[in-house]
Amino acid sequence: MSPKSAPILEASGVVKRFGGFHALDGLNFHVAPGEILGLVGPNGSGKTTAINVISGLYAPDGGRVSFRGQSVGGMASHRLVHLGINRTFQVPKPFLSLTVRQNIEVALAYGRAASAPPAMASLLDAFHLSEVADRPARDLNNVQQKTLDLVRALSTGPQLLLLDELAAGLNPTELDWIAGRIKALAQAGMAIVVVEHLMGFIEQITDRVIVMNAGKEIFEGTLAVAVTVPQVVEVFLGGEHAA
Amino acid sequence: MPSALRHLLFIVAPLLAVFAILPSVYENHLMLFNFVVFLILAQGVNVIYGFTGYLPFGYVGFFGGGAYGFAVMVMHLHASAPVAVVVAGLAGVALGLLLSPLLRLSGAYFAIANLAAALAVLHFVANPALETITRGPYGVSLTATFNPNAAYAAALVVLALTMGAVVFLKNSRFGLALQSVREDPVSAAMAGVSVVRMRVIAWLASALIAGLAGGVYAWYVSVFFPDNVFSGTFSIFAIVFALFGGVATIVGPIVGVLLLYGVYNLIGFTTPQYFQLIYGLLIMGLVLFLPAGLVSLATRRGWHVP
Ligand SMILES: Nc1ncnc2c1ncn2[C@@H]1O[C@H](COP(=O)(O)OP(=O)(O)O)[C@@H](O)[C@H]1O
Ligand SMILES: [Mg+2]
Repeated sequence: MSPKSAPILEASGVVKRFGGFHALDGLNFHVAPGEILGLVGPNGSGKTTAINVISGLYAPDGGRVSFRGQSVGGMASHRLVHLGINRTFQVPKPFLSLTVRQNIEVALAYGRAASAPPAMASLLDAFHLSEVADRPARDLNNVQQKTLDLVRALSTGPQLLLLDELAAGLNPTELDWIAGRIKALAQAGMAIVVVEHLMGFIEQITDRVIVMNAGKEIFEGTLAVAVTVPQVVEVFLGGEHAA
Repeated sequence: MPSALRHLLFIVAPLLAVFAILPSVYENHLMLFNFVVFLILAQGVNVIYGFTGYLPFGYVGFFGGGAYGFAVMVMHLHASAPVAVVVAGLAGVALGLLLSPLLRLSGAYFAIANLAAALAVLHFVANPALETITRGPYGVSLTATFNPNAAYAAALVVLALTMGAVVFLKNSRFGLALQSVREDPVSAAMAGVSVVRMRVIAWLASALIAGLAGGVYAWYVSVFFPDNVFSGTFSIFAIVFALFGGVATIVGPIVGVLLLYGVYNLIGFTTPQYFQLIYGLLIMGLVLFLPAGLVSLATRRGWHVP
């Protein structure tokens, strides 16, 4: 099921320290165009930090991040966006006092999408935001704000999309709907990394998963295999109890 | 009609017309001139605070720098007043560039560092060791360019340019990108906006505006001391007027200046004790009930305020 094309993103030996603490401790993984990769692991294992480093929020303290063959570790976020990387945030971060339409307009205008991004009207429509288009983003509920985060990312025409717990807090209908959306994006050729705790959701949409613990990967393969690996099971049970 | 044109026709043009006509029907020209200067400065604060969120407590640094830029050009290079005003604006920009590292700070740290920077510029200019250049603490007298009517006209030109800049910010994607940086710099970067570049541009634009205002002020008053043109009152008034009306709008700062500076002129001189009282109460009421300024009375009802 996994696509055969060459990886678009490769992280090798990536290190990120906060003081003396290694949030990423030599992380390796890759993702290919059209592929949906699940990034799972207990709380604090470094999933968000991995996304933050790849999207330019933090410069890595070691290792290499390469995107389409180019080393991009430490590059400013807006330049990574222009190259074709984008993301959503675990806690959505819309421009609160701007309208939904203005939120999207900024990304359409400044995202420098390589191929023409979808039009405003179709984005609003496809993501059920038409009715609130002229309301300030602070009026939106959490699910709508998450959707707006996703639409802002899509407006920049990314080739690599990093989704940080997008599905958390969605009801089953919304989960099905967003799963369909993500799959459609991958089918159109986008490489997608999904960080998620809901295993059902991960199972439904991913081609492959990376299991992280303490800042590095401890498993790579399908979720079905992952749950049979004692080390993975232990990390999850241990992690959940500790959390 | 595009909204930018509407804003120019129905807000900027009438405002300029009123202040162009008033001197012929009202004799207190100095007061009218001060209104124009505060309109410029309040809109300059609007550019940097309203559109990027940086509160420039030391805004007067650019104003005083502009005034002295004007003075140096006139005293030493015998420049004509219009040329000296342009140089005053450039002096503001140069100071802005010098202080651009302050943009790494945020919130109160930025405000305090900016205040300290303005004081540093004051003490640099007022240093007796620089007497041959700035006349140090002894002040300047620019009789060669003294022409209040021409200076008033120049102030209107600067006001027109400033208002034009605010209309542009209010109606352009550039202004929207600036506001996105104010709202959330991390998300703005993820929208593809170069956060640092945006902040520097807005900062330099607001420095240019204050520098030009300082230049026309120096031209108008022609005799001044460092303490006059670096008076913290300029920063405080400009900030209070802009916030009182409501920033990130075109009309907010105008309303703020007309109302508050109006009150100041009505009762500020004759009964300063009432003025202080009323001012204090107004500002407290604003902070408590209308933190987004008077315009929020309308925006809360869902009305759009240009
Ligand atoms: N900005 C930061 N400063 C200090 N520590 C951080 C920072 N960001 C993350 N961490 C720490 O790094 C570890 C990994 O965090 P994170 O990547 O958010 O985990 P996850 O997303 O897998 O739950 C945690 O222990 C967290 O406390
Ligand atoms: Mg996380």
